[in-house]
Amino acid sequence: MDARVSAKIQSVFEEPACEHNQNKDEKARKKGCTKQLSPGAAAGGCAFDGAKIALQPIADVAHLVHGPIACEGNSWDNRNSSTSGPQLYRTGFTTDIGELDVIYGGEKRLFKSIREIIEKYDPPAVFVYQTCVTALIGDDIEAVCKRAAEKFGKPVVPVNAPGFVGPKNLGNKLGAEALLDYVIGTEEPELTTPYDINIIGEYNLAGELWQIRPLLDALGIRILSCISGDGRYHEVAQSHRARAAMMVCSKSMINVARKMEERYGIPFFEGSFYGIEDMSDTLRQLARLLVQRGAPADLLARTEALIAVEEKRAWDRIAAYRPRLEGKKVLLITGGVKSWSVVAALQEAGLEVVGTSVKKSTKEDKEKIKEIMGEDAHMIDDMTPREMFKMLRDARADIMLSGGRSQFVALKAKMPWLDINQERHYAYAGYEGMVDLVREISKTLFNPVWEQVRAPAPWETPALEEAC
Amino acid sequence: MATVLDSKKACAVNPLKMSQPLGACYAFLGLSNTMPMMHGSQGCTSFGLVLLVRHFKEAIPMQTTAMNEVSTILGGMDNIEQAVLNIKKRANPALIAIASTGLTETKGDDVDAYLRLIRAKHGETLAGTEIVYVSTPDYVGAFQDGWAAAIKALVAAFVVPAETPVAGRIGVLPGAHLTPADLEEVRELIECFGLNAVLVPDVSGSLDGHIPEDFTPTTLGGATLGDIRGLGACEHVIAIGEQMRGAVERLEAVGVPCTLFDRLTGLTATDALVALLMRLSGKPAPARLKRQRGQLQDAMLDGHFHLGGKRVAIGAEPDLLFALSSLIAEMGGEVAAAVTTTHSPLLARVPTTEVLVGDLEDLEMRAVGCDLLITHAHGRQAATRLGIPLFRAGIPQFDRIGTAHQLSVGYRGSRDLIFQLANIFLAHMHAHGPEDWPLPAEAVAAARGQPAAGCGCGSSISDEVVIPIIPA
Repeated sequence: MDARVSAKIQSVFEEPACEHNQNKDEKARKKGCTKQLSPGAAAGGCAFDGAKIALQPIADVAHLVHGPIACEGNSWDNRNSSTSGPQLYRTGFTTDIGELDVIYGGEKRLFKSIREIIEKYDPPAVFVYQTCVTALIGDDIEAVCKRAAEKFGKPVVPVNAPGFVGPKNLGNKLGAEALLDYVIGTEEPELTTPYDINIIGEYNLAGELWQIRPLLDALGIRILSCISGDGRYHEVAQSHRARAAMMVCSKSMINVARKMEERYGIPFFEGSFYGIEDMSDTLRQLARLLVQRGAPADLLARTEALIAVEEKRAWDRIAAYRPRLEGKKVLLITGGVKSWSVVAALQEAGLEVVGTSVKKSTKEDKEKIKEIMGEDAHMIDDMTPREMFKMLRDARADIMLSGGRSQFVALKAKMPWLDINQERHYAYAGYEGMVDLVREISKTLFNPVWEQVRAPAPWETPALEEAC
Repeated sequence: MATVLDSKKACAVNPLKMSQPLGACYAFLGLSNTMPMMHGSQGCTSFGLVLLVRHFKEAIPMQTTAMNEVSTILGGMDNIEQAVLNIKKRANPALIAIASTGLTETKGDDVDAYLRLIRAKHGETLAGTEIVYVSTPDYVGAFQDGWAAAIKALVAAFVVPAETPVAGRIGVLPGAHLTPADLEEVRELIECFGLNAVLVPDVSGSLDGHIPEDFTPTTLGGATLGDIRGLGACEHVIAIGEQMRGAVERLEAVGVPCTLFDRLTGLTATDALVALLMRLSGKPAPARLKRQRGQLQDAMLDGHFHLGGKRVAIGAEPDLLFALSSLIAEMGGEVAAAVTTTHSPLLARVPTTEVLVGDLEDLEMRAVGCDLLITHAHGRQAATRLGIPLFRAGIPQFDRIGTAHQLSVGYRGSRDLIFQLANIFLAHMHAHGPEDWPLPAEAVAAARGQPAAGCGCGSSISDEVVIPIIPA
């Protein structure tokens, strides 16, 4: 493997800010976070996919994939990360290498591609993504990017995360490393304020950032850079001047948060926008960090006042669904990110959570779930699609909330289902998001189609069968 | 008719093309109780799977050998062995169908040899499960080439030549451009002559959106291994799309009579199929088919007002491009821009002046001044920028539902397609305004009594013609 990639992977595996990592012994840590994949029984994206997910939301950059057509042609414009301005990130750029490039090397084609993009689209920067085939034949994308940056006088950033080095979450981190190495801290902002923050690891899926932004705007907190949702190249380049940072709890960019603290002294906390209590907690922590860093202390009181108003408004709206939803059973299968924070909102609406996945939850998360759901909380570590199908068909749950992968398990069991994963089209962040989630659950549960699709066909009706 | 050109760009912008292994796996998804698998890194499968899930809104069974850099360099034998054993244990399919990728082709894995060794080592464990392999590097060809290669491999691996054909059995080898609804239509056409249709592969059995009784980890519905073997005992095989020529040649080599249709969209194309079916069955066309033909004739008469003279830009794989272009041309429209994904002898026959093997950026540039864009869902951004309507055709169509049921073959399919296209033009009819027919400067000057030649600069004659007002 490319020694540079190899070193990067070791460094992201040794993440000191990751508790999960710190609890491992020396040997386990060396092995890294990547479970060896089981051929023939694996699912999920590759490292390139992860790097692209992490960086593509930077909307004004041209994202160029150096590889055969599969890597971009089979996947482009398929994310739901929203922009408030530039559309260039939705344009698919790829070197689409052919057989001759595989034999003679693809570096020349890559260099020419960068030139074509700059001449035609003039973006503030070009990001170049390495893939398996071009890595295997030894194309040196770092060297090509360096030469292109000199020649064209524009940042050209190599993102060295070919698919075969590991899974998607490793790719998230390798993508983030490219920002640390080539982007962050390379430009100075025109002005700064004591209220400048970075949000790290938020991708503005379905426009969720805009459910949060009005709260921050009202408090006078300025998002200097969101890495990377609705991002702009220059904002990311200037993000090292923020006073504080929030790392979104999925940990996908923990390395950015920690290294920015190391390099630029920007303190960070791990927070979540999902769930009412979590949202409030996030606002409190942001305010506290900013005040610690010199923002006027009245921010704390203003934050509490905003929280009081918004929490009441949200709980009142959620409680209104209680009469309809009381006693309905929910099966909650998330990637495992703090499912307890969603559980609280569902319970407030009168829903009974009959099971929740804890596949990626930490020990503390599990304790918290027990606290909320009681000692006999049904925690599911890993559920096969067949088990899910059975559980739904036997009506042990009225609705399943999960990611797209299990969508058809629910629908084919003729059971209500709601997408709460990253491909979803509804925004569920902040106070507004939780109210919307409960509204969507209600809408889905009470749709008249369920009764109709479950009704027996004429030829399944005993009386008719006898008559024929 | 058309000149075929290759794009000269180094960088593909907004790809039209998808890769070979995905086309191969799509073909394997049309086989019953099968587990398609890509031999590559897990991302190869993941991207393809997500794309098909979003197009069909169905669960897509597809596995990966999960190659990493070490296994790539050492060779993928162990990964294929483990994958095959894992799939056998967990899903026990009738067939495991493997497509290679750019990664494993660059390394040069000899998968056929691996499979022989694996069979020898685990013969007993793997009993009851067939394995087939097709070479489909990502950096060669496109989606429909992968589909074609997969079917050629299936024919080569399983077809059993027969002494005497089974009476009335008609095989169908459909191209990748036909939807589940298209396949159902072809089947009905054949069956209404009292013949039996065997489709290989048959995505109308597996990806038509039915609701199964129980959860299954493999494909559900589609052509069985028996169906593939039985192609050798067909009275006749009908192939649809130039891409199927390779598979047809293999069948002909074992003595199966075949007819290859370059398309089944439009009146003349469907007439040719019906004529063949009449000859094969020795039966007259049933009344309902005659009625359908009349409906299509009527649709053509009603539709030609709206399609005639329209300039259409099409981006599609060769066989779909040919089918759509031919229909547009037959309705009096003009195929003003044609972009495709891969080479095919058919491209020269597309009714247009030039076909470019390129991307959606090329199509967008060539579509300026056109009235309609036809391509897959990725054309949505281009259509918006061009300010013209987009008619979605081909895979992927992730922003629409019911894509499996889009019908464009046979009398009924052609009729419906004409109506859909005409209705788009009706919905986007240009309403004329007072500025639509401006006079040229020369005519205006003449009307004002100015000299015909010259620009009139510095002339003292007023710009306006003074109209005297006559009081009542």
